[in-house]
Amino acid sequence: MAETIVSSRTYIVVWLTLMALSALTAGLSWINLGIWSGFVAFAIASMKMLLVALFFMHLRYTHQKMVWVIALVGFFWLSLLLSLSATDYVTRNFLPVPGK
Amino acid sequence: MWVFLVTEIMFFGGLFTAYMVYRISYPSAFDQGSIHMDFWAGTINLVVLLCSSLTMALAVHAAQMGERKKIVVMLIGTLVLGTAFLVIKGYEYHEHWVDHNVPGDALFGIDPGTGQQIYQDPRHTELFFLMYFIMTAVHALHMVIGIGLVSFIAIESWRGRYTRYYHNPVENVGLYWHFVDIIWIWLYPLLYLISHHHATG
Amino acid sequence: MATVATPKVETANYLNTDFGIKSWLLTTDHKRIALLYLVSITIMFFVGGFFALLIRLELLTPAGDLLQAETYNKMFSMHGIVMVFFFLVPSVPATLGNFLVPLMIGARDLAFPKINLLSWYLYIAGAGLMIYTIVTGGVDTGWTFYTPFSTTFSNTHVITAALAIFIAGFSSILTGLNFIVTMHRMRAPGMTWGRMPLFLWSHYATSIIQLLATPVLAIALLLVALERLFNIGIFNPQLGGDPLLFQHLFWFYSHPAVYIMILPGMGVVSEVIACFSHKRVFGYSFVALSSISIAVLGFLVWAHHMFVAGISVYAALVFSFLSYMVAVPSAIKVFNWTATMYKGSIRMNTPMLYALGFIGLFTMGGMTGLFVASLGVDVHVTDTYFVIAHFHYIMVGGMVMAFLGGIHFWWPKITGKTYPDIWGQIAAATIFLGFNLTFFPQFILGYLGMPRRYHAYPAEFQVLNVLSTAGASILGVGYVLPLFYLFWSLRYGKAAGPNPWNAAGLEWKTTSPPPKYNFEETPVVTWEAYNYDEIPEEAPVVQ
Repeated sequence: MAETIVSSRTYIVVWLTLMALSALTAGLSWINLGIWSGFVAFAIASMKMLLVALFFMHLRYTHQKMVWVIALVGFFWLSLLLSLSATDYVTRNFLPVPGK
Repeated sequence: MWVFLVTEIMFFGGLFTAYMVYRISYPSAFDQGSIHMDFWAGTINLVVLLCSSLTMALAVHAAQMGERKKIVVMLIGTLVLGTAFLVIKGYEYHEHWVDHNVPGDALFGIDPGTGQQIYQDPRHTELFFLMYFIMTAVHALHMVIGIGLVSFIAIESWRGRYTRYYHNPVENVGLYWHFVDIIWIWLYPLLYLISHHHATG
Repeated sequence: MATVATPKVETANYLNTDFGIKSWLLTTDHKRIALLYLVSITIMFFVGGFFALLIRLELLTPAGDLLQAETYNKMFSMHGIVMVFFFLVPSVPATLGNFLVPLMIGARDLAFPKINLLSWYLYIAGAGLMIYTIVTGGVDTGWTFYTPFSTTFSNTHVITAALAIFIAGFSSILTGLNFIVTMHRMRAPGMTWGRMPLFLWSHYATSIIQLLATPVLAIALLLVALERLFNIGIFNPQLGGDPLLFQHLFWFYSHPAVYIMILPGMGVVSEVIACFSHKRVFGYSFVALSSISIAVLGFLVWAHHMFVAGISVYAALVFSFLSYMVAVPSAIKVFNWTATMYKGSIRMNTPMLYALGFIGLFTMGGMTGLFVASLGVDVHVTDTYFVIAHFHYIMVGGMVMAFLGGIHFWWPKITGKTYPDIWGQIAAATIFLGFNLTFFPQFILGYLGMPRRYHAYPAEFQVLNVLSTAGASILGVGYVLPLFYLFWSLRYGKAAGPNPWNAAGLEWKTTSPPPKYNFEETPVVTWEAYNYDEIPEEAPVVQ
């Protein structure tokens, strides 16, 4: 199977970026960003995840489109579980009726 | 392996849902619980796992290049880092035990020094720690399995089983290992970085 | 015609190639694994049926006189758990699916034969643990394990039951994984996605659901077990938890699970209708895509089981609307099947009777599903016999009939023997009659207000309950009949040729029973699915 061989240098660069992002997220957590701290942490974690998935897990270099479909389906399904469950919890206590 | 990882996404997804539900419902209790997490242990563990992903990726690279010795060295590096993660986690668990931060403990939240309840909403902060213990325990279980898998392919690599043309198992174990790393990438901010205060354990 | 006593010379096939118990218990041949599953799930079916018998006996009289209330709770719980997790979920995929998926795509075996064997052993481990649970006192939480009863108050073997289901869940995941990889990677030359039999499309859709939903059930059960073991409060309101969280996690699996249970049956019906109408399935691509959309949409509706549980009204609105949407692809399939029969050359053999029964009963069950999807009606009928009748129409009137139809359709292929069709038709008619007599009165009972899971009821409901129990006994007879004539056929049945029903599909191009590696040589597919005019006598082979 013809596979793209990613160079060691690329891995090291990605790793350094991951280290930098980790330092950033750890450092920022000491600062009171109010409502934004959640978004910031989420964004940085997403970037780290993408770096690991695209480079370490070779998503970027795969010749098979199906792998992308499978990975995206997995995350999409997770988002379904989270978002639709959230519709319940976020909208509780909207009405002045107890228990609704 | 990707198809299997999708099932793992959903498995952890159930736990993330539980976490999300309770954090939406009790944000300040979660905030307080997070303050009393060991910030440095968590951060060091993050670094350890990211390094282990690097060694794992380099092991796969060595397999692609057919460099037998390098595969073994990199896999051993991954093993050492993975084990370090578990040791630090064990230390953390012990710390929580001593500080009465374990759910189910009748003295939950009672500071061992002063004897005072340190949480405003101990019932719901107990839930935070519950999520912490369950999520990290399930993650740790996956780490243990991962260490087993890495050990297995390390032995096989040393025996010369993998070549430039055949190294699927190394790639697949790598995928699994990186996935477990990604779970920690998410657990870290969700558990350790909720509050901007850190008691640092 | 006198049966000949002299031994016949049989062609080499998967049944007579290897002998001995080890060749069965350590087999990696998907056909033998399918038979191992068939025996196991048939046993579990009768175990679950035994509990149903006790339920119906108790409900003959209004008073709770046969069983105590706690015992009755165990009866319906174990009936549900065994039937759902140990019969319906594996039924068609693990038996007919395992047998036919490689044959239908022209492959030698599944992608991961050893994982296939592992999945059977996991099923046996789960089933064994479940039998242990039953024998040591059972579980009384209902198959739904609602918290906080299951976590805090129940005194029965919740943890072992949950563990049994957890293990069986892995069996399900591995089967799904195997099917998906097989269908992507191992199709014979010329077998494009658009030429695959619809049976395969529905199994593909089923496998997607198995992979994406079962892990969430695993987590839900794991958390229940942890809460029971360590007395922690994740679902316990007194300790800050939310019982509804369990229900969200549980139903996130269990609603798609009902599609795991029905989609393979729909696949069987597509095959049977096409064969016994001797026509192409009308709207092939619509049926194929409906299977996939049922799989996807099925994930969006789970909270319709929780309308009265305390979720917010806005969430209930969203889920009710989505539940209406999910009925659309199922309806599309029913219309397409009916259109397939139009101007077809219809033969009323046993499998066709089951398929027709499926269409009628599934439609009724599906329509009553729409009734309960409506928030207003659901408040009235939830937790009554209306819901029970609704899902039994789909599961039993639909799925079990499809399963039996499939077994009767492919029996000659699997065993190389034919059974006397007249007995099959008698059994099918008995089942149809018994089924309707059992469950139609339950719609009325539910609407009149009889609650489910109660062992006693007001005297005015007795007549309908008696009718229901009478129907159940007829239904029981109908289920036992096939055991007799199918076993009979193994020894005395006429030998079947490769294609006794004159059906389309690659599985009918090889001998009955098939050789160990399915085909003498890899076939090349040059015809569209069900295109009876184009199908050559002998499939061309790879040069």
